[in-house]
Amino acid sequence: MASPIEELKTAIRQALPDLDMVIAWTAGPDSLSHTPLFITDAADIERIEWDSRCSQNLAGYLTSLRGKKVGIVAKGCDARTIVELLQEKLIDREDVTIFGLHCQGAVDARKVRTELKVGRGVQGVTIDGGAASFAVNGETQTARLGQVLQEKCFRCTGADAEVCDHFIGEHGQPPQVDDAPVSTLDMLEAMGMEDRLHFWEDQMTKCIRCYACRSACPLCVCQDHCAAQSRDPHWVDQTDHPREKLMFQALHALHTAGRCTECGECERACPMDLPIMTLKQALNRQIKDIFDYQAGTDPDKTPPLFQFREEEEHIKERKW
Amino acid sequence: MLAARYITTDKLVPWLLSLSESRLVLAPIRKGGQTVFQPLEADSELDLDGLATSSPKAALLPRCETLLEFHYSKGEEAPSRTSVEVRETLHDQPTFLFGARPCDVRGFTVFDRVYDAGSKRDIYYCTRRDNTLVASLACTDPAETCFCHRVGGGPGDSTGADLLFTFIGDGYVVEAVTDRGNDFLLSQTLHDAGDRVETALKTREAVKAAMPEGEPLLGAPEQVNKLFDDQPFWEDVSAKCLSCGACSYLCPTCYCFNMTDEMHGNDGVRVRTWDNCMSFQFTLEGSGHNPRAAKAQRMRNRIGHKFNYYPALHDGNLACVGCGRCISHCPVSMDVREIVSKAQTRAMAEEEQIND
Repeated sequence: MASPIEELKTAIRQALPDLDMVIAWTAGPDSLSHTPLFITDAADIERIEWDSRCSQNLAGYLTSLRGKKVGIVAKGCDARTIVELLQEKLIDREDVTIFGLHCQGAVDARKVRTELKVGRGVQGVTIDGGAASFAVNGETQTARLGQVLQEKCFRCTGADAEVCDHFIGEHGQPPQVDDAPVSTLDMLEAMGMEDRLHFWEDQMTKCIRCYACRSACPLCVCQDHCAAQSRDPHWVDQTDHPREKLMFQALHALHTAGRCTECGECERACPMDLPIMTLKQALNRQIKDIFDYQAGTDPDKTPPLFQFREEEEHIKERKW
Repeated sequence: MLAARYITTDKLVPWLLSLSESRLVLAPIRKGGQTVFQPLEADSELDLDGLATSSPKAALLPRCETLLEFHYSKGEEAPSRTSVEVRETLHDQPTFLFGARPCDVRGFTVFDRVYDAGSKRDIYYCTRRDNTLVASLACTDPAETCFCHRVGGGPGDSTGADLLFTFIGDGYVVEAVTDRGNDFLLSQTLHDAGDRVETALKTREAVKAAMPEGEPLLGAPEQVNKLFDDQPFWEDVSAKCLSCGACSYLCPTCYCFNMTDEMHGNDGVRVRTWDNCMSFQFTLEGSGHNPRAAKAQRMRNRIGHKFNYYPALHDGNLACVGCGRCISHCPVSMDVREIVSKAQTRAMAEEEQIND
């Protein structure tokens, strides 16, 4: 039986003639980073890479390519983003061809560099059971998953792309992590309000206001009209105060409440390593409690904040 | 002959802390998962292993600099008349910038040509520059994304620095590069370097020799210029770009800024903040027209500025020092080396076509 990557290449080779392009991953500029590949020419199919270095959620490109016939390779979490985009009618199902994969978990390049002290010469990454192994210059180095996986992978709710046109490889379970670190959200919820604010203000001193978090978010669709840079309305000022930066993060989090599928792109994109997905996770917990809803799971559902019901099941306002 | 001194590794932090009694000492400090230039304190975790996450450019061009403060008040006798008081704010604290890498420091010379150019002298920049002694640290372990040697620099380059530190195993050789670096070094009670200077020189040469070969990106200006109207080229190379500003803000040579007045009640500040050419608002005109409305046009500006417009104005010096932060921290792993190489190849191919 062909390996998943060969199966993927074959499926794309067959589909490409009917598509404008296919978005996949290829080798990046350093050993730990793979990078998006926009395939229009069949020759580029050979350049496709697929392993635990394929971090980026490619679904973020779909909204800007609306109107084109686009093929896209998707992990479990990426496919949930596609579901959300479909629900919000930001993309058209008939225009998108999804090549779904089973994901073993994505490694966090920064953690690998600092924990494993591996920075260069990585030729392959494999996750099997509770360990990750790295092929480095002919040798194999191993690490526990708790040391090297991305934060989002510790709480993966489904490693397979549930909604897809072609499923590649075998279905499977999320990575089994025995030693996942305590999540930032759990840590913060155990703290008092004052300490939480102090935590965020300290984190925000590092923020350089590049807005990579926003640009990488597949659900950020205000595009060139972002409140972060608007002078009218003037929600956020341009001074370097941590509270101004936190104000933007609060706006972003509220804007994605009940929509965010926790793909983790905001946090992965942040060059300063700010744990900003935590803010979205916090709101998602609330959404789960209040509306019993999880974003990105069912294309036929409507996100709770997109609709009005006279009486919500869990909000008993008439009885207050 | 300029001075050369030597300091053992265990004496380095105590020496820097002693300097911080009389000036601001900025150094690469580990904070969370990243390394940033911050004021050195007794409990700071100094990180000299690799390139800091953000460049030290904020020492000279802060992310947000208050240019002036103002206050509006109403006249007591004629309340309809408002007067404004304006106060100048100039930062002139003596600063010792330690542990900046040769690429980062070379970046300061890119700023100098713009902000300290005869009649166009920016007092905010120049005041900080004049008050900052720059000590760079030669690289001993360049990363995969480093390419200083392809843009005119090198892992041991001292351009723009006052002092150059070189790690030689058990300590650092400190060599004066400028007269003021020399004066500073002579006033410090450090050991004489003796023949360790030779070891430092050999170390730097060995590191440079070990860097992977790559085509120089120096010949790019005319070639990038030729591609100005080649829209498909720019669309192709910017397809995966998210149009965020991480590359510009981490870049040691990007110096574009925005100015805004931020008011709270009757008090306000005029601030100068980093701007970034990948942002839609960058050249958005008051009329609503934007000459660089598309991502591809903004990428053309970014590459053009570094490899074409700037060198054309400044004797061929590029506005790129090859630190590679724009590559290693790009959320989608864009590679500026690849874009410029592609531009060179494409321009040459077009030229050959014309000649045929």
